[in-house]
Amino acid sequence: MPRPGPVPGRGTRIRPLLHQKAIPMTTHTALTAPAPAVPAASARGGRRQGGSRLEARRQRWGWLFVTPFLVVFALFLIFPLCYAFGMSLFTSTLATGTRFTGVDNYAKAFTDPLFLEGLLRVAAFAVVMIPAQLIVALAAALVLDTLATRLAKASRLLIFAPYAIPVVIGALMWSFLYSPGFGPSATLFDLVGLPAPDFLASGSIFGSLVNIVTWQWSGYYMVVIYAALRSIDPSVYEAARIDGANGWQTAMRIKVPMISSSMVMVITFALIGTLQFFTEPVVLRNIAQGAIDAAYTPNMYAYSLAFSYSQFNYASAIAFSLGILVFAGSYVFLFLTRKQSGLK
Amino acid sequence: MKSKLLAASGVVAVAAAALTGCSSGPAEASCTNEILQPDATQVSVWAWYPAFEQVVDLFNENHDDVQICWTNAGQGNDEYTKFSTAIESGSGAPDVIMLESEVLSSFSIRDALVDLTKFGANDVKADYTEGAWKDVSSGDAVYAIPVDGGPMGMLYRKDILDQYGIAVPTTWDEFEAAAQALKDAGAPGVLADFPTNGRAYNQALFAQAGSVPFEYDNADPTSIGIDVNDDGSKKVLAYWDDLVKRGLVATDDAFTADYNTKLVDGSYAIYVAAAWGPGYLGGLSDADSDAEWKAAPVPQWDPANPVQINWGGSTFAVTSQAKDPEAAATVAKEVFGTEEAWKIGIEEAALFPLWKPILDSDYFRDLEYPFFGGQQINKDVFLDAAAGYTGFTFSPFQNYAYDQLTEELYAMVQGEKTSDAALDDLQTSLEQYAGEQGFTLK
Repeated sequence: MPRPGPVPGRGTRIRPLLHQKAIPMTTHTALTAPAPAVPAASARGGRRQGGSRLEARRQRWGWLFVTPFLVVFALFLIFPLCYAFGMSLFTSTLATGTRFTGVDNYAKAFTDPLFLEGLLRVAAFAVVMIPAQLIVALAAALVLDTLATRLAKASRLLIFAPYAIPVVIGALMWSFLYSPGFGPSATLFDLVGLPAPDFLASGSIFGSLVNIVTWQWSGYYMVVIYAALRSIDPSVYEAARIDGANGWQTAMRIKVPMISSSMVMVITFALIGTLQFFTEPVVLRNIAQGAIDAAYTPNMYAYSLAFSYSQFNYASAIAFSLGILVFAGSYVFLFLTRKQSGLK
Repeated sequence: MKSKLLAASGVVAVAAAALTGCSSGPAEASCTNEILQPDATQVSVWAWYPAFEQVVDLFNENHDDVQICWTNAGQGNDEYTKFSTAIESGSGAPDVIMLESEVLSSFSIRDALVDLTKFGANDVKADYTEGAWKDVSSGDAVYAIPVDGGPMGMLYRKDILDQYGIAVPTTWDEFEAAAQALKDAGAPGVLADFPTNGRAYNQALFAQAGSVPFEYDNADPTSIGIDVNDDGSKKVLAYWDDLVKRGLVATDDAFTADYNTKLVDGSYAIYVAAAWGPGYLGGLSDADSDAEWKAAPVPQWDPANPVQINWGGSTFAVTSQAKDPEAAATVAKEVFGTEEAWKIGIEEAALFPLWKPILDSDYFRDLEYPFFGGQQINKDVFLDAAAGYTGFTFSPFQNYAYDQLTEELYAMVQGEKTSDAALDDLQTSLEQYAGEQGFTLK
């Protein structure tokens, strides 16, 4: 489904207005004429000579208005990125000091068993966690979409609520629930005469983390999917009903395909989030240091290297390598799903 | 029109300046305490001692030329992370910083600390025991002034041991027998905990059997000796591995909420602890109301040749970013250099002093602790433990070494490796790391 192009006539509507009233340089006109729409319109109109000076002025204003953003963007994103990249090209050891080593750190990173194990682990998390979140979110959204009761509204809010809790607080809360001493599991399992499972053992910590993330994020994805569902024209359902589709068929054959672009977006968010998995394992590490080691995920590894072992240079290389992989992963995913997402 | 554009650019510039302005040094942050002499040299201090504000106020009242500006930048690793980042960025560190003695080498190798011999550190050397002074020096250099120590003893629940008719163990063999007896008697708890993340605690247990894990000296900063799989360490770890396998001790992580509760609710009958342990226990909630705590010396391997060990302890160091190192050194030397300050430290913060005038005083020796039913724990246990301590050398990558130790011990209690293999693997990984960091192995 192609996205709508620039609205035809938008430029022409504004331009006569400017000429007519001869107030080209007030903030009012600058505000009503969004910068990107103008060049396209004037190029199409082919009235370059008359418009070029005016356009240059507009460009100037446009730049001025995006300057605050650009300053912040450059200062807090571009500059730190370049700085970190520069750092990653040097090697600093405790005993011998700092020297330029080019891409050695990257060669080391991609042969570093701790980094590779971490990558494998987040890949495993992605395989389990993303479908888990998606199934919960999709099921909840489909059910809520067919209901129109007051209960449905309340449920929507309640399912969304975990997302409103800060990630650290959510993880802390779960760490208390998992705790063998404070948590309810001992009492609950005692009721049915079973020994309580240890949620923090090395074998079960994976599932415990999947549970926290699914609990926290499913509600958010549910809202995104639900909003997409609400934007479908109800007459489509009517047509489906007339053709004899039952509720399940309507959901699977009509609704899911029609919201595929939202699904792609949700999966992209979940994929990026999972590859950068950090906060939940860091919080749980406080109570399970054996089961969650310092290099449990690539992000945690970069953090430990920089702040526990003061290897800032190698940590930058790890962080950059992860960034490249996340970028590549998201790009491949968006490329593979370009039909569903409408990016094609 | 042009002026409008100019004015608008001005607004943008101001906004940008306001946004970047917030990055100027946290070292100038306001103090937690009140400055009494605003014209005097101010020395910024990071420390996390309990009741430290009273000590700071006392110092500021007694000094006209120097004033302390104190901030609590977090406890242990939280503070070290901030300090480490400040060193890397070249600004933002305080003038004086509280550091545990085990991390001094990790920071001195990064040129983060000032050698205090230039500022009269040796003038106060006589005020400290040999072991305490060794912990803060490396070769001829002195990187900090000792404050409190962690000589180890054994805190036990007299009520629980009496209930099951168990004598207070004085050797590790008796400790093992007591653990078995407690289990056989069907007690709900166990004798003690063996935390795989005990870090300095585990290292201290090894040291009691003669382990000297690191050989390191700032005079020769690029070479290091590593010996973590010596026979002593292997004997100690095999002992604990056996107790774990037989279910005689717990393997709960230390310093978690669960562990804190178990320390005081009777889950462990014995807490092998440092001298700051009683203060730690006193701050925990959910304690048994009828608990009866007593202190005894730490169990020995060979009672004929007792070995005293130490767990933790902290110091004041002057950072390389100190604006006035001389004033900073004065603070480091004098903040805990009076009896009055130490009375606050002992009574309010439960610190164990390393400053001899108070350490050797009758006041400290005869002090009765209500937590222990009036027992004079210093006289009975900790003064001897402190006197027998001869110092310890830590590695310049101690945090890494501890993290690796935790991983190996966890693998051992999970049954993935034998105790010997755990220590051999630790040796290999530390040697490899030292090599990567450019050290030559002695």
